[in-house]
Amino acid sequence: MSTIARTRPVQTGKPGKSGKRHYGTHIFLIAVAALWLVPLVWSMYTALRPKADTDKYGYFSFGGSFGFNNFVQAWTQGGFSKYFLNAVLITVPAVVFTLLFASMMAFAVSRVSWKFNVTLLIMFTAGNLLPPQVLAAPLFEMFKHVSLPYWFSDSGNLLNTYIAVILADTAFQIGFCTFVLSNYMKALPSDLTEAALVDGAGIWRQYWSIILPLCRPALAALGTLEVIFIYNDFFWPLLFIQSGDRLPITTAINNLQGQFLSDYNLIAAGAMITLIPTLIIYLVLQRQFVAGLTLGSSKG
Amino acid sequence: MSATAEKPASPNSDPPGGARERQQVSRTAVPATARKKRGRVRRLSRRDKIVLGVMVGLPTLIQLLFVWLPTLFSIALSFTRWNGLDVSDIRPAGTDNYEFISQNYPPFWPAIQHNVLWLAFLALIATPLGLLLAVLLDQKIRGSKIYQSIFFTPVMLSLALIGIIWQLFYNRDSGLLNYLLGTAGTPQAVDWFGDSNVNIWAAMIAATWRHAGYVMILYLAGLKGVDPSLREAASIDGANAVQTFFRVVFPAMRPVNIVIVVITIIESLRAFDIVYVINRGTNGLELLSALVIQNLIGEGQVIGVGSALAVVLLVISLVPIVFYLIRTFGKEKEA
Repeated sequence: MSTIARTRPVQTGKPGKSGKRHYGTHIFLIAVAALWLVPLVWSMYTALRPKADTDKYGYFSFGGSFGFNNFVQAWTQGGFSKYFLNAVLITVPAVVFTLLFASMMAFAVSRVSWKFNVTLLIMFTAGNLLPPQVLAAPLFEMFKHVSLPYWFSDSGNLLNTYIAVILADTAFQIGFCTFVLSNYMKALPSDLTEAALVDGAGIWRQYWSIILPLCRPALAALGTLEVIFIYNDFFWPLLFIQSGDRLPITTAINNLQGQFLSDYNLIAAGAMITLIPTLIIYLVLQRQFVAGLTLGSSKG
Repeated sequence: MSATAEKPASPNSDPPGGARERQQVSRTAVPATARKKRGRVRRLSRRDKIVLGVMVGLPTLIQLLFVWLPTLFSIALSFTRWNGLDVSDIRPAGTDNYEFISQNYPPFWPAIQHNVLWLAFLALIATPLGLLLAVLLDQKIRGSKIYQSIFFTPVMLSLALIGIIWQLFYNRDSGLLNYLLGTAGTPQAVDWFGDSNVNIWAAMIAATWRHAGYVMILYLAGLKGVDPSLREAASIDGANAVQTFFRVVFPAMRPVNIVIVVITIIESLRAFDIVYVINRGTNGLELLSALVIQNLIGEGQVIGVGSALAVVLLVISLVPIVFYLIRTFGKEKEA
């Protein structure tokens, strides 16, 4: 750290010259940033205008009024309150299970030496990299052939239940989290658990009371990342859930165009509602999210 | 690197770097670690072994049951004929499905072409754009954080939502793009997502919106990890900024480069959500992943054909996956 602090001023410490050199950079960055914002701003702008006004003045106009009516309508009549609840019901358990199982696995492969730990780690990492479509058909058929009582699932099997989506999401995300957490745990000094061993602490105490609390930064970063990943997951609910009213929000927006026909104002409002939770997480937990993304990538 | 590895518990530390160092240590001192390993295992009580068994067994079972077993089933089903209704209806079909998709299934080759095009677009345009943004923002320029936030925002969005947002931008009659081009309302107005001549390009631009930000954030982290003394040494040797970057900084980010290569390939194989939202992957937007699903969902379920397509997708995916695994775990296996 101290070496960085010492060398940086030397690099940028040429006054005037470096300031001038950045003009072109700023022009380029502002242009790209403007391009980057255009689709979002346009969606927001469309969402804020009543359909009557855009019909009258055209979509590319400044006339008419602005308001949140489209948002209210999408939330109440478009079923977005329901879709949002569905997303929470899927995302929360899936993230909890993913982190729990991944941290247990990571602990076992990184803190205890035994024969197959690298083999298992490879299997977990590879699983996460597969395109989900590769396993779609068998997973669908497997879930279809699990018989469940009708009071539990109205399809009589795992299809059309949140459990199917949670299972698939968890299984798919465990690999990545195990990989990241095992790297993190490997870097913790081994004296920590050695000392606990001498004190007679069992494996579970070493995991739960010693290693896991030390992994809090990594868990926070991964948790944020996984909430976004699973909230954004489009494919598994599309595959497993047939009833439209059980879809989580990300998959439900696919039906918007059919549902709202060509009411683009309402579609735009729906898109903006879908975006709000991720935007809030982004604003509040940006550091965690970025840390989570880069944790997985710095391994050489 | 060494400074961060000393305090692994802090949030900004670099555990993988630490791991690598530990590994090197353990490789030079094999007898010591071997002794320690044996000692550790002996010290495990029966109860600990059971706890450990559950801790390993449960995640492994989930992983095997819901990821690897279905993958094997996909391979098996690709050699059968099945309508997906009754398990007893499964009939062996040899390589019929593969012959069918390669010879009599019109969307197959366009899908392969589109997947390759998608990869090329991400690799030649989106990824270099992300790298360029990272390099520009890594300089100490004013407002760097604001620029980063703007470029990074699409990374938070699902590709499905990106499809919807860009649909609003690309629409023939109500989209902003045609208004800006002055063609809105005229017969020349292009339906950017509907016209099979242009929609793959329109979709790839929308995907770039997300991919470039992703690459940027990874490279920003990578650039911060490059030892500043390397750059100093290069500039003392008389290298200019471009030379320093391509000869010194870029090669020094090798771990990140590998991840970026893998992510770019995997993302191009997974580009499913956006084309499915646009038109379910038809009419100019055929992709392998979308074809798999078209054969599984809907009236005429042809599981065998869908599975054969899934296996093609699997085989292609295994190239970057194996490459990545060898790069990542090769050293550990030796040790």
